[in-house]
Amino acid sequence: MQTISPKNAISIRGLTKTYANGFQALKGIDLDVKENDFFALLGPNGAGKSTIIGIISTLVRASSGAIQVFGQDVATHVYETKLSLGIVPQEINFSQFEKVGDIVITQAGYYGLRGELAKQRAEKYLRKLDLWEKRDNRSRMLSGGMKRRLMIARALVHEPKLLILDEPTAGVDIELRRSMWEFLQELNRNGTTIILTTHYLEEAESLCRNIAIINQGQIVENTSMRKLLDKLARQTLVFDTCDELATAPTFEDADIQCNMIDSHSFEISLSTSRDINGIYAALSEQGILIRGMRNKTNRLEELFLSSLKN
Amino acid sequence: MLTNHKYIAFETILIKEIRRFTRIWLQTLVPPAITIGLYFLIFGNLIGSRIGQMGGFDYMDFIVPGLIMMAVIQNAYANVSSSFFSNKFQRCIEEILVSPVPNYIILLGFVAGGMARGVAVGLIVTAMSFFFTSLHIEHVFLTLLVVLLTSMVFSLAGFINALYANTFDDISIIPTFVLTPLIYLGGVFYSIELLPSFGQWISALNPVLYMVNTFRYGILGTSDVNIVVALLMLGVFSAGLFGVALYLLRKGTGLRQ
Repeated sequence: MQTISPKNAISIRGLTKTYANGFQALKGIDLDVKENDFFALLGPNGAGKSTIIGIISTLVRASSGAIQVFGQDVATHVYETKLSLGIVPQEINFSQFEKVGDIVITQAGYYGLRGELAKQRAEKYLRKLDLWEKRDNRSRMLSGGMKRRLMIARALVHEPKLLILDEPTAGVDIELRRSMWEFLQELNRNGTTIILTTHYLEEAESLCRNIAIINQGQIVENTSMRKLLDKLARQTLVFDTCDELATAPTFEDADIQCNMIDSHSFEISLSTSRDINGIYAALSEQGILIRGMRNKTNRLEELFLSSLKN
Repeated sequence: MLTNHKYIAFETILIKEIRRFTRIWLQTLVPPAITIGLYFLIFGNLIGSRIGQMGGFDYMDFIVPGLIMMAVIQNAYANVSSSFFSNKFQRCIEEILVSPVPNYIILLGFVAGGMARGVAVGLIVTAMSFFFTSLHIEHVFLTLLVVLLTSMVFSLAGFINALYANTFDDISIIPTFVLTPLIYLGGVFYSIELLPSFGQWISALNPVLYMVNTFRYGILGTSDVNIVVALLMLGVFSAGLFGVALYLLRKGTGLRQ
């Protein structure tokens, strides 16, 4: 058995899970997440992400294998490991009839916090997540995005060292998603280890330093975001021009392929290993003024799909 | 978990449970008051005056302890089964399951919540009975002890029912097909002395008979059963059901996959 580093927030070894109906959700997972990391766990629906989170949070029983949270086994050090953990599940799982403030204060009680301390913590996180004004509202009156934020506030009320979020921004509008990203980044900067599952690959690319891709119950990729993105051989850049173009720009280098999109934009495909300064120089020489440039494809999405295929 | 933290967790679950049944008081506190009030009026007052005496007491006086106990049993059971199943159904039970609260504190919290509703309804029904008769409690300590033990036994039974339940139908089957017959045949409305010997023997197998009669003994000083046996039975039921519920919780029955 491999040794487990004490610097890991989570260490998973040989984790398997076969459900009562015979479905094998996990087929021997080994995974380490370092302390203070912002970690992405990606995978298609049914890959096993939620099963891993379920086992860490003890809602699902592992068939075999071991999990340590900050060096302590979740099976033998139940109190210590649960105290370190905050879980934000995929599905809404608070009472629809309780008031927003009561939900967070009650959760504090389960961790041994009560009275003024519980109220202060509830206020702190409800304010941070823009829910303080809603504290006396019944939770069913909240919008979808607010409900997700309420689950984050609830998971943080005991100030865990490790926060696990299972698709926290699913169905959340772009503006709100961005504000949640900022909040999570601030939390991570302040020392909280964060593990995130998401279907928004842009989200994982923006937030996470390390990544694991799981498919059919197995880890198919486990590396840093930088190394993963470096694997991409080619990229396609889209340029918007200030003036109308009659023909596509030309390049001497055979590696650079250029196609017109419309009279004001064109795309260039080139190796990721090379710089793009030469492209700007060549465009200037041809008298083409560039108004804007963007990456055509979501790079992580391409790698994600390629990992699943492999 | 520190002892102090365990106590706070227990208190949190209990307060949440009390907040729940007082928030929906129109569903939890008023209906039993109306139903039992109608029993007082129809069986006790109107029909009871023609029945005359039962077990040496006016019929109204005879059925009051039984009806109070019926309200306690039904409400203690219903509170835990519906609340815990509702927590399962809405998945908010996960809030507790992911926290460090030990299983026995979860169980004690929900059972205490059921006992609180059982006792609350019992007090309401007792207060209502003063409109129909003047109660004099013969053995106060015994009366309180029986109410608490009985509400605990049925709260535990409701908890086990909720653990196994997968649909709302599953939490209404036991009260309808098991609990109601046991209560109605448990000496609430009659003394088992009225029954033939075979009927008395069958009734002796009904645990509710012991609870109702011990409570009646506490209030009126008369009983169809041996009080010591009844108290022992209540103790054994409490301990047995607590053990079963705790075992099922540890096993994760109906809660963990």
